[in-house]
Amino acid sequence: MITLRINGENRTVDAAADVPLLWALRDLLGLTGTKFGCGIAQCGACTVHLDGKAVRSCMLPISSIGDRAITTIEGVGKTPIGASVQKAWLDLEVVQCGYCQSGQIMSAAALLAVTPNPDDADIDAAMSGNICRCGTYVRIRAAIKLAAKATSG
Amino acid sequence: MSTVIDRKDGVHSPRRRALLQVGAAAAGGLLFGFETVRAAADEAGRRGSGSVFAPNAFIRIDTHGRITLIMPQVEMGQGVYTSLAMILAEELDAAFEQIVLEAAPPNEKLYANPTFGVQATGNSNSIRAFWMPLRKAAAATRSLLVQAAARTWKVDPGSCSTDSSSVIHAASGRKLAYGALAGAAMAGTVPADPPLKSIQQFKLIGKPLKRLDTPDKVNGVAAFGIDALPAGVKFATLAACPVFGGSVQHVDDRAARAVPGVRQVVVLDNLVAVVGDHTWAAMRGLAALDIVWNEGVNAHLDQAQIWDQIATASNAAGAVAKSVGDADKGLAAGQKLEAVYRLPFLAHAPMEPMNCTVHVRPDGCEIWVGTQVAARTQAIAAKVCNLPLDKVIVHNHLLGGGFGRRLEVDGTEKAVRVAQHVDGPVKVIWSREEDIQHDIYRPLYYDRLAASVSDGRINGWHHRITGSAVIARWLPPAFQKGIDIDAVDSAVDIPYDIPNLRIEYVRDEPPGVPTGFWRGVGPDNNVFAIESFIDELAAASHKDPVAFRRNLLQGKPRLQTVLDLAAGKAGWGSPLPQRPGQRSGRGIAAQIAFASFIATVAEVEVGSDGEVRVRRIVCCVDTGIVVNPDTVIAQVQGGLIFGLTAALYGSITIGKGRVQQTNFNDYRMLRIDQAPAIEVHLLPSEAPPGGIGETGTAAAPPAVGNAIYAATGIRLRQLPIDRDILAGRRKQ
Repeated sequence: MITLRINGENRTVDAAADVPLLWALRDLLGLTGTKFGCGIAQCGACTVHLDGKAVRSCMLPISSIGDRAITTIEGVGKTPIGASVQKAWLDLEVVQCGYCQSGQIMSAAALLAVTPNPDDADIDAAMSGNICRCGTYVRIRAAIKLAAKATSG
Repeated sequence: MSTVIDRKDGVHSPRRRALLQVGAAAAGGLLFGFETVRAAADEAGRRGSGSVFAPNAFIRIDTHGRITLIMPQVEMGQGVYTSLAMILAEELDAAFEQIVLEAAPPNEKLYANPTFGVQATGNSNSIRAFWMPLRKAAAATRSLLVQAAARTWKVDPGSCSTDSSSVIHAASGRKLAYGALAGAAMAGTVPADPPLKSIQQFKLIGKPLKRLDTPDKVNGVAAFGIDALPAGVKFATLAACPVFGGSVQHVDDRAARAVPGVRQVVVLDNLVAVVGDHTWAAMRGLAALDIVWNEGVNAHLDQAQIWDQIATASNAAGAVAKSVGDADKGLAAGQKLEAVYRLPFLAHAPMEPMNCTVHVRPDGCEIWVGTQVAARTQAIAAKVCNLPLDKVIVHNHLLGGGFGRRLEVDGTEKAVRVAQHVDGPVKVIWSREEDIQHDIYRPLYYDRLAASVSDGRINGWHHRITGSAVIARWLPPAFQKGIDIDAVDSAVDIPYDIPNLRIEYVRDEPPGVPTGFWRGVGPDNNVFAIESFIDELAAASHKDPVAFRRNLLQGKPRLQTVLDLAAGKAGWGSPLPQRPGQRSGRGIAAQIAFASFIATVAEVEVGSDGEVRVRRIVCCVDTGIVVNPDTVIAQVQGGLIFGLTAALYGSITIGKGRVQQTNFNDYRMLRIDQAPAIEVHLLPSEAPPGGIGETGTAAAPPAVGNAIYAATGIRLRQLPIDRDILAGRRKQ
């Protein structure tokens, strides 16, 4: 049994140590907002926060997490930055199919937590690990800037 | 949004909510097809559940005033749930914020797309196909509600009006909500030809409304097919023979069974699946299997062989899809140019990998999936299980990208065959590698073009398209006289004024590689070939690419207008910023595709290493009446990015009968750091709506190719771009 702290709650998972967090969340805990896209940390669909930092959950064994705080798309709206990113996403109607957007939002929220007013280069660096096949990049960029404006003042 | 209802298929959290009621439609109400919005009010009364007014297949109004709109097209990011709902709500005069959406159940009769005769979402035609049928259905419903109110009040129906889900009698100041009229409305007479609103009367259509599906897509609530978790579900992944057409020879599963969480290994004739307590166990188990495949006849197939075959096929004359004047005579007059353009196989790679959850019982089958073809999904499961159609329940979901991949039912078929051997429901998820290596690929194409020019005019034009006939497999009745109407789309209707032309089609099915529809379909190939070749003709004529096109578009004012606008907005002719080590250029492409008129200008920089950076795209669009302008802009933006991915990176190749690409590391996607600034300008229009979802995908590659030519003088006639040629490391 492994205990994980997810969105402020302790959850126990009965699974082998090498099971990636992604599958523990989706298949064992029913938190399906975090998505499977590639399995090799190339697309970012599975992005969650570990102590506020963006990580790819598809290659993160549950045994390696310890007591670090996990935040998923289901919980990120409880943080001011997360809520502001979600609002910007809706205000600018970023989303198309929506499948990658959990990961996009998690990456964007982690970026804004350390870089409150990111420029284009900051956005490129933080977001280029997240693929959007629908091609919403233009709006993602604009929405991050909008969220930055809203949270910084 | 006040219209939030419980998620039907979820089992985990009661907090989960979804605006979109996904799954088979609930009771009753499905009365007659959209083509016949007629009569049968008595039928409505009889077939209604008593408290639900259901005058047609798309609208249900219950006595509590809940208005449910049944969506005949699937939501895969294109915003169609919102735009179709807008069309219905417009003519119904329903309060938009109170409507509830529901996915149509599988039913070819009620929900077939009028263009295909199949319940399918594709070809950028949801709005085009359903524009009039939905308006008529809603207007007829509105008429029944007005009649009911008029009878209640004993007034002339003509003295009543409607607004915000109510009938109003202004003269007496009376008002009745649609819900209160639901019972009485069942007794009315459905008008044969209900009056429709004029464009000036539209209240919703043309407004940039917020999408109904997006709030649940930013908080993890939205349920895609892959998110289905029916009680007791197990998790599986599978491997098909890496060589197309091969089969299983032998499987040693001892190591796989030792993997923690693995429950079962299912070995079928041409695929192997591992079932476990979670997807990771299944994936680890699959990796631990020792499988010997019978690779079959395609074991030694390689890409060069496939190119040789199509090139040879293209030498013979094809079926003539269009002939005007005397092409050969025209080609003999003036300066003659010839070129061959080629496009590779492509995988769809939607971000949601292929998946399907199935529960096979002795007396029925239940499926959770996101599909562009709900009825075909039901039919393939019924066939595999040998069950009648009505014993197969399909819960259709939001799609995590479609792009044509989910117009096929191979994923469902495989999942059902696996599920037949599993006790209880099983979710079958393909790895990304399986998804890329067992796609149904965008065909490769080989286009021969020839034209003669003099004084800036084209005297003769010959275009021979060679490629597989997806239509012949997917919609056989539409394949007539050897012509794939999709493969020649945007080629037979080339917009330029050409007195002599001949368009031919040669069907050539590549060995060993299944082919299907891919976002942009036929126009992707034809717009790329034509617009690149037109640029060649402009250069040979020593004409500016915009001026050359403009001169040949006198008969196509809508295209000429967007061409002028795009050139103007892009600053055509003005100097571009020059960076050290970079060659920069602008290119233009014009197209009529999916009944939309589009001109696109791309600005690129080409590095000395051959790398291409697209800096900016300006795209001007006349797509007729626009239902939801923000969605149209989003579709063009996204379509352009999809096309850029194809132009800059997209290539599936075959070696030893196998797809050589595996995942996003070697089947690259455009990422945000490579995405250009994009400007989309919509022209106001009162023409019928055009299609939009695939237009940008067709537009980007020729605009980029022409910009590369402007920057370097190098004409690339094959995609993806060849960086070795652009860097001078290799001759073309």
